[in-house]
Amino acid sequence: MTWTDVGALSDIPLRGARTVKTASGCVAIFRTGEEELFATSAICAHKRGPLAEGMVHGRKVTCPLHSWTYSLETGEAQGADKGSIATYPVKYEEGRVLLKLGALAEQAAA
Amino acid sequence: MQKLVVIGAGMASGRVLEHLFEAEAPYEVTLFNAEPRGNYNRIMLSPVLSGEKSFAEIVTHGDAWYDEHAVTCRFGEKVTAIDRARKVVVGENGAVPYDKLLIATGSAPFIIPLPGHDLPGVVAYRDLEDTNAMIEASAKPGSRAVVIGGGLLGLEAAAGLRLRGMDVTVLHLMGHLMERQLDEAAGYLLKQDLEKRGIDVMLNASTKAIEGDGKVERVVLEDGTVLEADIVCMAVGIRPAGQIGADAGLECGKAIKVDAHMRTSDPDIFAVGECVEFDGNLFGLVAPLYDQARVVAKTLRGEDDVFTMRELSTKLKVTGCDLFSAGDFAQGEGREDIVFRDPARGIYKRLVIEDDRLVGAVLYGDTADGNWFFGLIKDETCIEEMRDTLIYGPAFQGGGAAGQDPLAAVAALPPEAEICGCNGICKNQIVDAIGAGANTLETLRAQTKASASCGTCTGLVEQLLAVTLGDSFETGGAKPVCGCTELTHEDVRRLIKARALRSQTAVWQELGWLTVNGCPSCRPAINFYLLAEWPLDYQDDAQSRFVNERNHANIQKDGTYSVMPRMWGGMTSADELLAIATAAKKYDAAVKVTGGQRIDLLGIEKDDLPAIWADLNAAGMVSGHAYSKGLRTVKTCVGTDWCRFGTQDSTGLGIKLEKKLWGSWTPHKVKMGVSGCPRNCAEATCKDVGVICVDSGYQIGVAGAAGMDLRETKRLVDVATEDEVIEWTTAFVQLYRENAKYLDRPYKWVDKVGLDWVKDVLSDPAERAALNERFEISQSVYRKDPWAERATEPEARKFQPLADLTMEPAE
Repeated sequence: MTWTDVGALSDIPLRGARTVKTASGCVAIFRTGEEELFATSAICAHKRGPLAEGMVHGRKVTCPLHSWTYSLETGEAQGADKGSIATYPVKYEEGRVLLKLGALAEQAAA
Repeated sequence: MQKLVVIGAGMASGRVLEHLFEAEAPYEVTLFNAEPRGNYNRIMLSPVLSGEKSFAEIVTHGDAWYDEHAVTCRFGEKVTAIDRARKVVVGENGAVPYDKLLIATGSAPFIIPLPGHDLPGVVAYRDLEDTNAMIEASAKPGSRAVVIGGGLLGLEAAAGLRLRGMDVTVLHLMGHLMERQLDEAAGYLLKQDLEKRGIDVMLNASTKAIEGDGKVERVVLEDGTVLEADIVCMAVGIRPAGQIGADAGLECGKAIKVDAHMRTSDPDIFAVGECVEFDGNLFGLVAPLYDQARVVAKTLRGEDDVFTMRELSTKLKVTGCDLFSAGDFAQGEGREDIVFRDPARGIYKRLVIEDDRLVGAVLYGDTADGNWFFGLIKDETCIEEMRDTLIYGPAFQGGGAAGQDPLAAVAALPPEAEICGCNGICKNQIVDAIGAGANTLETLRAQTKASASCGTCTGLVEQLLAVTLGDSFETGGAKPVCGCTELTHEDVRRLIKARALRSQTAVWQELGWLTVNGCPSCRPAINFYLLAEWPLDYQDDAQSRFVNERNHANIQKDGTYSVMPRMWGGMTSADELLAIATAAKKYDAAVKVTGGQRIDLLGIEKDDLPAIWADLNAAGMVSGHAYSKGLRTVKTCVGTDWCRFGTQDSTGLGIKLEKKLWGSWTPHKVKMGVSGCPRNCAEATCKDVGVICVDSGYQIGVAGAAGMDLRETKRLVDVATEDEVIEWTTAFVQLYRENAKYLDRPYKWVDKVGLDWVKDVLSDPAERAALNERFEISQSVYRKDPWAERATEPEARKFQPLADLTMEPAE
């Protein structure tokens, strides 16, 4: 299991997100604090909305299409909506954003 | 007696020697130090810098102490090598044999290799030499200091230099101060406090170069800002200084690796302090260093002890800035926040909870409960029972809890805060009137005129009644913005103005927001209110905008976008149409003619947006803002140019209006129309502003609608010239921008304030001129093409994925 350098922290806006394309699907990396990151599937479980375009508030994101809101920590939809998105290990080290690719492939295979 | 050699006389080795000599120790000690002095309390350099203490007061071990314990001091002498085969330490003045060796070389300040970093006058903040250099620089009257780095050390340096009378500017790369220890809200309060003491703080400030002729004279930032400086203190971090260990072949990672007995890979060599790496951890705070020192001393004496990691807390040592942070408020599964803010007293508290345990705490303004929270974190106490009152501290446990007061923000307003903008009524006038017996909204309106005009401050006036009268007054129950606050949109707008709140962080803190950083309902509203109130000061926040306004295109149900270039007044040309057709083919777009007299290109991928914008820009076209809460279109008919019934140049007037108003942000979208005669082919009478041309001039109607509601415009005024149409229309739009609730179209706003009030305000020529002037100030920032700004690098890159790993093997 290796961590892959996917870019600089400063390339992800504070309270924003960027996507990373992988062989197992598109991943959204959210920056909820100066040095706080989360990674999830970039696709909303409701109608496939692009979650990286959603508004990031607290440790949550709201899908731009129909306002489904997910916890970035658990991947669970909040409130009355039922559904979830995959979450992935991501970390920040010395200005770089590191994503664990192995975890992706495992979940894709499962 | 065995020979113990110690390299480095810092805080850690000083503590080791103290412990070692507590009992009879079978060691002859030789102590090397590169600095020409013995052990002193390095973390007390701040009071030395500020003049509150002298150096003599922070010396921990004087000559007498070394004599008493027969320590051979070799101060001012660098160690050049460790020869492990011969078991000797080689100093500049000769070698010393050892039986046991302790490396305590600490850390070195990290110096950013900027152009000019080696000029005289650039110092770190690490030792007495640095401190003395800063004190010396401050002796010159009117001297200026620039501190690079807004962390703990940098801020202490800044505060000390300020106390010495220097003009101080702190440059910090991140969006808030001390981002390792504080969250945004606490960072905001810290900045306020520092600014109150006369320290300038520049955030997101990237230094480009330090310049000067033979010595430091100025600092230049990436954005072109130039700061005069007599001294530059670089306090951006430290790096372990364990090179001597690495050179001797000891096992190293980021620093010299040690086991739990502080032993390196050589059993006769120990290391302690900031130069060690234990279990992947590096050290910078003093508490774990003291633990390590105890372990080293015991091990050297043959006693058993092990070093373990423990939770750390930070307190800032800048007099008057009361802040505390402990534990971990970074990412993790299933964490929740409890937030408390008291705007009146400048207090912010945030607790982070995970599995009914407190894992992190940030306190600002009132840190009295810091140690209690720290205890809960360290002991992993289950807080399930006291969760509801936890944030109020130990005093509330087992007793009744005070709920958060929704009126706190209003109670905190200073007496001179303007509540009613229409009539210029301040808080103290209203409170005085209430004290004199005006105990209902109606009597208060009659006596002071507060909220008697446009009425948008009604909520605030009611809250003042509630604050002043207590339970005997019941408010009308106006709807709050969202779950993050008890205040209404109108309240928030008034308070942003009255209290001069110029950032979202300021709004959240000063108005007592209940969440850390708002929600998708309030964030776009607050962002708009701030940019409308402070167009030159406030930086529009893309992350507080809905996707369409952030990406300057309309998102569609499949995640693609629609792109619609502006067609001024609905006019286009063969060349523009050719460019649009070429782009449509190139990007495989569906093409739709819209109701606003323009052409929409649908199905564009996000990655392609900058490229299609560049193509359309090249043909002279700009964004149509078909996605914005702002001016959309000005629909026109052909008017006197072609039509046999046209009375005026409706197309020309529409183009002029559109060129004047485009790019401006408004509470909701604004659509306009100009018809050349009362036959009204441009359907102007169902627009937000609709102009009907007649022989004698122009009829301006406002507050129409043709959406969920259907409304005919109401006549605002009849005027004789095009210039007057533009002046009145601009004034109306600016009045709407300054007063309406976010997401109210003009017709909803006019329903609330009444057309008579709008007419009253706008019929005053001085008021119209002032509104026009304020609109122009805002347009000096916003009247520009957002596509052109994003069609080229570095902005265009932000529309691409951060990385494409589809070709990477996934193991």
